[in-house]
Amino acid sequence: MAKSDVKLLGAWSSPFVMRARIALNIKSVDYEYQEENWLVSKSELLLKSNPIHKKVPVLIHADNPMCESLIIVQYIDEVWSSGPSILPSDPYDRATARFWSAYIDDKWFPSMIAFFWGQEEDAKKAAIAQMEEGLVLLEEAFGKCSKGKAFFGGDRIGFLDIAFGCFLGSLRVTEKAGGIELLSETKTPSLSKWAERFSSDIAVKELISDTDKLAEFGKKLQAKMTANN
Amino acid sequence: MDEEVKLLGAWASSFSYRVVWALKLKGIKYDYEEEDLVNKSEALLRNNPIHKKIPVLVHAGKPVAESMVILEYIEEVWPQTPLLPQDPHQRALARFWIKFGEDKSAEFFKLFQTVGEEQERATEEARELLKILEARALEGRKFFNGHKIGLTDIAFGWIACWLDVLEEAVGVKLLDADSLPKLQAWIENFREDPVIKENLPNRDKLLAYYNYRREMFIEAATSRID
Repeated sequence: MAKSDVKLLGAWSSPFVMRARIALNIKSVDYEYQEENWLVSKSELLLKSNPIHKKVPVLIHADNPMCESLIIVQYIDEVWSSGPSILPSDPYDRATARFWSAYIDDKWFPSMIAFFWGQEEDAKKAAIAQMEEGLVLLEEAFGKCSKGKAFFGGDRIGFLDIAFGCFLGSLRVTEKAGGIELLSETKTPSLSKWAERFSSDIAVKELISDTDKLAEFGKKLQAKMTANN
Repeated sequence: MDEEVKLLGAWASSFSYRVVWALKLKGIKYDYEEEDLVNKSEALLRNNPIHKKIPVLVHAGKPVAESMVILEYIEEVWPQTPLLPQDPHQRALARFWIKFGEDKSAEFFKLFQTVGEEQERATEEARELLKILEARALEGRKFFNGHKIGLTDIAFGWIACWLDVLEEAVGVKLLDADSLPKLQAWIENFREDPVIKENLPNRDKLLAYYNYRREMFIEAATSRID
């Protein structure tokens, strides 16, 4: 595939963009990356390719735009089928991976967002408690999904590793901001070790952002939203 | 794939019906267990400990929860009567609309459960969803999926049956036939499908249930204001 055939509109700070990039890396796809400085302005291509949500990531393949990170990951898995598989091969394992990634997006990540935007101490505490509860469930899920291997996906990074692992950076920022430990050897031993393996995986490590840089961006985002209100 | 298929569902739930439709469209034999959502069974709590919700599909003793996860599972295990397009780009589009519906449908719950300003906001958002579907999702096709019903149609099935009951119970008009002609046509086509037609909840019963629930929500909302 010619490089110009595949284009990804993204943002360095976005965990959702990271999902798409990890998937493209796993499949060794050559692609053109366009950084969107979305806090300042959105490119015409982005607005045209994702008119409903106007968000990154957007994958444009052979002029066809695709939106929503996990949908993009599934697309990549289906199109570049000769590369290593991202979704498990067994339908029940696939359902399990989809179930937990839905849990992460619909329940767990929103509590991190609640902490990020929370104004009151009580709201922030409640959000942290929810995140901790979620991590206990995910620690257990890891045991079941990995079946004793290194990743949720088994020997290699898979769909659920990508769905969850993209949030490790924001998780570190949250830990610093809250003065707490969310992933730890004592509370979440399996996830702790998995996090290290995930972050050093060849498909992932070039995409990891510095925690302080992410925290700084977070502050910019908070300032801008406060200014707008 | 002849092993036992069981569905834990609830008669009033559009999520439950999504699974019924997929199973019936594919001609899959299954046992149905009606769940009392006020008094959840031990089987439900055991099979869906995380969310404790229906629907749950139990196949060869293994539970699958979350209606859209169940639908993708059914599609993969029983490939007859395909409900997703073959082409990966078209599949991505189908999944996009399904997710769009899932994310936005929360507004319909909100407008059912609230009063006053909060309800007005939710109503506006709900109208937006329908407008966008009308403008972008059908594109002159009989169904969201093309000329045959697919997962996207199943995912939006609640619009074809539950929405007008919700409108009546709340006293709000969202499905304006004049401004949403494509959606209106889709509703008629969906309801006329021979499988769907035989598998819809009783409207009177559903309305009575929605009226009852709406009363409860109004009471709760107004007692909070006082």
